[in-house]
Amino acid sequence: MKLVIAYIQPYKLQDVKKALYKAEVHKMSVTNALGCGEQQGYEESYRGIKFEVNLLKKVRLEIAVNEDFVDKTIEAIIEGAKTGQIGDGKIFVLDLNECIRIRTGEKGKKAIG
Amino acid sequence: MVKKKNSKLGIWKICTASAFLIAAISSNAKAGVESLNIEQVKQGLDTVWVLLGAFLVFFMQAGFGMVESGFIRAKNTCNILTKNFLDFCMASLGFFLIGYGLMFGDGNGFAGFKGWCLYGLEETVNGLPLFAFWLFQAAFCGAAATIVAGGMAERMRFNAYLVYSFIISAFIYPIVGHWVWGGGWLSNMGFADFAGSTVVHTVGGCAALIGTSILKPREGKYAIDGKPNVLAGHNIPLASLGVFILWFGWFGFNAGSTLGVSDGMSIARIAINTNLAAALGGIAAMATVWKRFGKPDLSMAMNGALAGLVAITAPCAYVEPWAALVIGIVAGYAVVRGVEILDKLQIDDPVGAFPVHGICGIWGTLCVGIFGKQTLGLANNGFIYGGNPMQLGIQIVGSVSTVAFVVLSMSIVFKLIDVTIGLRINREEELRGLDIGEHGMEAYGGFQIFNTI
Repeated sequence: MKLVIAYIQPYKLQDVKKALYKAEVHKMSVTNALGCGEQQGYEESYRGIKFEVNLLKKVRLEIAVNEDFVDKTIEAIIEGAKTGQIGDGKIFVLDLNECIRIRTGEKGKKAIG
Repeated sequence: MVKKKNSKLGIWKICTASAFLIAAISSNAKAGVESLNIEQVKQGLDTVWVLLGAFLVFFMQAGFGMVESGFIRAKNTCNILTKNFLDFCMASLGFFLIGYGLMFGDGNGFAGFKGWCLYGLEETVNGLPLFAFWLFQAAFCGAAATIVAGGMAERMRFNAYLVYSFIISAFIYPIVGHWVWGGGWLSNMGFADFAGSTVVHTVGGCAALIGTSILKPREGKYAIDGKPNVLAGHNIPLASLGVFILWFGWFGFNAGSTLGVSDGMSIARIAINTNLAAALGGIAAMATVWKRFGKPDLSMAMNGALAGLVAITAPCAYVEPWAALVIGIVAGYAVVRGVEILDKLQIDDPVGAFPVHGICGIWGTLCVGIFGKQTLGLANNGFIYGGNPMQLGIQIVGSVSTVAFVVLSMSIVFKLIDVTIGLRINREEELRGLDIGEHGMEAYGGFQIFNTI
């Protein structure tokens, strides 16, 4: 079992959701996040004064999957989130020790699927 | 010592001077009252009334701004408010330079050709100071322009909007206005639109329909199979404040259109009719949406109240209060079905500008011919009083020709803007939100907005 964590551009969430849906990955958690990476931030102006915004809004996706779905999930995220520009985001894949479904008490692969 | 004496003298001088001044002012005031005749008092009173109306209609601009920003997503709020703000500025300019001359200047049945920049006109018009009349009419012009912002929200370029708002307020709106209120061919036929269901709302609503059709739906609004998605409004309290402001301003819109107080009978009738139609529009829309979708949706109920207000605008002075109830009920029902039909046709109108202003503007115009009474100042009795279809026929001609003119002219205008400046924002900027892309600022600095769609 793996946990796929991805940081993507907020406005690409819709596209990523579509791509994941096509890849038959229907389960995910989404949270707001702030972060900075290679993308240098952008300039906003307020009442004529320019200022640099360097902690950028990102969206964090967490998807727990069984081994046979890992590649599909990663491909779908890339398909939805990639623009080719700096700031598209990153994907982390972690080993997942255990997964328990609260309603039934099921564990492991069953609980994920 | 000397200094002190001087200052005492100074005070005494000031006292004497002010006593003289008070005496002078009060005697002047007395003289002024004595020399005013009843005609002047009447003009003064009417001027105050029309200016009050103008101020109320101006305030409706705020109502439109709040409704439109409440019904769209947070990421586009600055953009819609900038449009709403600037279109009144553009309307003021356009209506001063060209619009008023086209609308009220001497000319032929199609348009007026005199009074550019208000130059060369008489000081009074309809027994009112020209400047008061202009301000009242300019506020109406701004209302017609801003209706379109809602229909084309969340995807239209800002510079394209500036150009559009100048064109509609300098040319399109004044030409229809001339036909109906400026002595044009429709008014010569006996066409009646008391406060603007046709002139303001049908014009604005149809322009919004054309604009939103040319723009195509917002990104993500319709799934591939054509099913509409919900791109929910981000601030319903703001929208509801906006509806109340509009309702409030509408008393000035309709009752102010008498252009005078007279004995008060007409403005009282207009005020009650305005209120009843709005109330029943709200109730009917709520009932319709409750029946059809299982819940009394506030946003639809509010659209219903606005629909009732739009519909009563043309007939408000010519009908009995019971008719205002009927007019409101039909408007409230029509607006809900109108929103549904637009979604079926995949025409994306984020705030329901066409169902509210277009459909109910036409309905209100026809109501003059159905429920209007000759004794209340109409050329002919309405259809239900004796079955004479004359007035209804005239109303249909007026409505159809206005729709045709606006559809044709605005199609050309929007197409031209699309080819030259570009009407629609690019996809990436649309997804990120027009606030950052177009204006470089956010509406809710310091808040975290969660973009799920």
